[in-house]
This record gives sequence, structure tokens and C-alpha cells, in this order.
Amino acid sequence: MFLRLLCAAVFIALAAPASAHPHVWITMKSEVLIGPDGVVTGIRHHWAFDDMFSAFALQGTESKEKGKYTRDELAPLAKVNVESLKDYDYFTYASADGKKIELLPPTSDYWLDYNDSVLTLNFTLPVKTPVKAKELKFDIYDPSIFIDFAFDKTEPGKIVGGNHCKMDVVYPREMTFAEGKALSDIPADQPNLTMAWGEKFTNKLLVHCP
Amino acid sequence: MSPLARCALAVFAVALVCIAADAALAQPFGMPRGAAPPPAPVGGLTGYILAKQAEFYRLLSGTIRAAKADGSAGWTLLGISFLYGIFHAAGPGHGKAVISSYLVANDETWRRGIILSFASALLQALTAIVIVAIAAVLLNATAKAMGDTVRVVEIVGYSLIVVIGLRLLWVKGRALLRLLRPQAAPVHRGHDHHGHDHHHHDHAHDHAHHDHEHHDHEDEASAWGHAHAPEPSELSGKHWFRRALSAVIAVGLRPCSGAIIVLVFALAQGLFWIGVASTFAMGLGTAITVAAIATLAVGARSFAGRIAKAKPGRGMVLVRLLETGAAAAIVVFGVALLTGYMASERMGLF
Repeated sequence: MFLRLLCAAVFIALAAPASAHPHVWITMKSEVLIGPDGVVTGIRHHWAFDDMFSAFALQGTESKEKGKYTRDELAPLAKVNVESLKDYDYFTYASADGKKIELLPPTSDYWLDYNDSVLTLNFTLPVKTPVKAKELKFDIYDPSIFIDFAFDKTEPGKIVGGNHCKMDVVYPREMTFAEGKALSDIPADQPNLTMAWGEKFTNKLLVHCP
Repeated sequence: MSPLARCALAVFAVALVCIAADAALAQPFGMPRGAAPPPAPVGGLTGYILAKQAEFYRLLSGTIRAAKADGSAGWTLLGISFLYGIFHAAGPGHGKAVISSYLVANDETWRRGIILSFASALLQALTAIVIVAIAAVLLNATAKAMGDTVRVVEIVGYSLIVVIGLRLLWVKGRALLRLLRPQAAPVHRGHDHHGHDHHHHDHAHDHAHHDHEHHDHEDEASAWGHAHAPEPSELSGKHWFRRALSAVIAVGLRPCSGAIIVLVFALAQGLFWIGVASTFAMGLGTAITVAAIATLAVGARSFAGRIAKAKPGRGMVLVRLLETGAAAAIVVFGVALLTGYMASERMGLF
């Protein structure tokens, strides 16, 4: 019995599934940009950071009025943010009719706002080759879970332009107990090949066009 | 081999494989651009731990704000920080794995395991405080500059992990090879059957008890010149902590991102000292979890050692194999962390 417990304890201690832990929480609103001809041109994000991380990010940024920051004062920080995010593909993965589409770095239309202790990063990712598609999909997530992404409750996402298109916002749902157990039963040193979990647990914007 | 022995060794094999797998699978950013798979959600106990730690972490900001208006909220903050530390260390992280592997490879006692765990957690808290005190309080550096500083510090720490691992691997690998070599010798020399058996038995015991004091030291001297590797015989003396200090520094040098964010947040509220207290409370919680895991590793190791003693010859080979494996695991960790394949935390992002 003791040995079994020991086995289990050592296993749990050392074999914890590979995953990180969030230190940053982002509440996001996203707009899918569609041209008049029904071609998708890009996605515009508004990411609000949690108050603790906002304070951290603002460290060392000077402002004229204490506790208030203008867009100009925040411009250097916004530049750092947008440039660093490039290495992480802006945590945005897009596909059109099942085919991956490439997103370009933001041009000059990005900025930071600071309101009520919350820093919000606004930026647009243009689609490299604008395409017309019946089904568009945008996945927004951090594979390492250092950042926890969640859609804004009241205004998660919308379509700008493209009058005939409709959007579904897919929230990551909570894992049921049975699913959690099934997943933890897969040995940690073996890849999970039997369950397509990721699909069900990421933030998604689905756009359907006629 | 008895079923017990088999189970003990199986546990170790699994544990080592898992350490390696954990390191290899942890960081999807090593993959080609855009091919990053969606995060695999985590269930069971680990899921619970991750959820709890996120919950406590999110409580921190509100409690720090509350402490500004009402000093008594400071106590609540210490409690939450402590709990956060406990759960944070229970989640995946390289610290406890490196410490545990180090203890297993060196056949350390549980008492030393606990001392190492507390020392590394304390150092980790101190590094976070020193970095924020110098960068933010004195120099008013930006978040990016602080992230870059952490990056430099962590490269030093990760390199140290690789060095420690390679050194242990060298020593333990040689001990393993030495153990394998002489076993074949009696067969060639053609002892009579009884004599051979007897010799074999004695020989194994010899290894179990005196190996380090004699053989290892010889090879040690030739391989390392004046540098002595952390052999158990030496570690049993007063110098063991000096030897182990390299492991403490390697693990403790890299500050926790959470602590740095909390410290800077507290500083922004004009409550830097509250942040410092919170960081130490986190460190205490971390130390307790790491010490518990280290104690388990040491317990399992000594259990395997006892079984090995009862099984001369083959048992000792397996123990040496285990030690070599633990040393190899440290190298794998160090390399994975250093190459960014297993980025534990990403401060340089913003």
C-alpha cells in the first residue's frame, strides 16, 4: 500500500502534464474585417490586460499627470508590445475554408489606452492575401498558457463590413469531470492521440458567409 | 527480482522518462511558426492545482489594493501569497525536478533535501526582490528592461543547470561503467564455480559500501584534477552544502515572474514593502512544496538503495543506472530551458 502511494506520488510530482500557468489575463474584443466584395482583409484586436499586469507593463513609463497616460506617452510601449508579439504570431491563428491563412504584422494602426488601471492594446492584423471564403475561423490562444485569453462578456466579437456574413463566438468550455479523468488517464509520456481536446477549449471566432 | 524491487525501479524509470518527456513536450514554441497546437487542457489533480494557483494569484491584486487602505489586509495578503506559493510550486516547473534529480543522483538525505529546497526558494524570492529594487525602485527602468534582465539571469541559471548535470553525468556514468567492467573479469579468469560466486558477492558489497571512498576518488583526481565532484563520501562531511550551493543557485537564480509582477504592482501602489513581504510568503509556500517533493524523491531513492543492497551485483548496477539517469535528466532540463524549447515563463513579451 505504502509503495503504491509512493508510486502515485512520485508519478504525480514529476509527471505533471506539460503546461504553464497564467500570469497575464487578457479580456479581448475582436473584429473581423470584411471588404464590400466579401473578401476578408484582417482582424482587429482590443486586448485589455488585468490590472496587475497593466501596472507591471507601465513600470518606467513616464507621464505628465500621475496615474494618467496619453496615447502618445504610451506609444513606445505599444511599439514594444506589437514587435514582441510578432514572435508569438500574435496568438492568432486563422483559416479560410479549412486552409491556413497568413496574417501580417500590424502596420502603423496600433495604440495603447489606459483607463481605470487597465491597459488596452489595440492593433490590426491584415490578411496577407485577402480571400473570399464561406467559413472563416480565428483561434486566439497562448499555447503555453502564460497568457489567459477570454472574450469580453458583452462584446466578444463582431464583423465589420461583409453585411451578409454571420459570426459565431465559440467560448472555451469547462472540462467535465469525466473528460478530465479520461485525459489524466493518458500517460504523460505519451501524446494524446485519441481525443481532439484543443478544438473544444480555445477561443474561436467563426464567420459564415454565403 | 522481488515484485517490490521491480515496482521501485519501474517507478524510477517512469519518473525519469516523464521528466524527459515533460521537458520535451512543454514548449510548443520550438515548433515551426504557426504550427503550434492549441493548448491541451489539463484535468485531474494538475488541473485543480493550476486552477487554484490562478485563483490565488488573481486575489493578490485586490488584496494589495485593500492593504493600501487597511493595514490588516496585509495579513490576508501574506496568507494568499503563501497559498499561491504552495500551489505555484506544485504546478509544472523545473526547480523541483532539478532539485529532486540532484538529490537522487547524489543519494542525499531527506534533511538535506529540505535544506536545499528552502535555500533555493529563499534565493528565488531574494533575486526577485533585488531585481525589482534595483531596476524599478532605483533606476526606474521599464518593464522591458526588467524582462531583459531576467532573461540574462535565467540564461546564467540554466547554463549552471547544464554544467551541474554534465558534471554529475560524467561522475555517475563512469561509476556505472566501472561497475559493469569488473563483473565480466572473473569469467575470463576462470575461477572455480564456488569461488566465483563468492567473489561476485563480495565484490558487489564492496561497491555498495566502499565504492566512492576508493575507486571514485581515484578516477576523480585524474579526470578533474583539483576539482572534486560532489561524491557522497565528500558530501557526508561539512562541505556538502558548499557543493550543493551550485544546485541552489542554479535553481534559485531565476526569479518567479509572478513575484516580479506582484512586486512592481505593489510598488506602483506605493506599497513596495508589502510586496516584499508577499514575495517572502510565496517563497515559504514554494519551499514547502518543493521540500515535500524532494523528500519523496529521497525516500524512493533510499528505498531502491535498500533493495539493491539485498540484491548484490545487479541491484547496484540498477542504482548506478538510476543515478546516471537522474544526472542525464538534469542535462536534458538545462538544455531544454536554455534553448527555449521549454520556456518556463516569458517575461520579455511586453
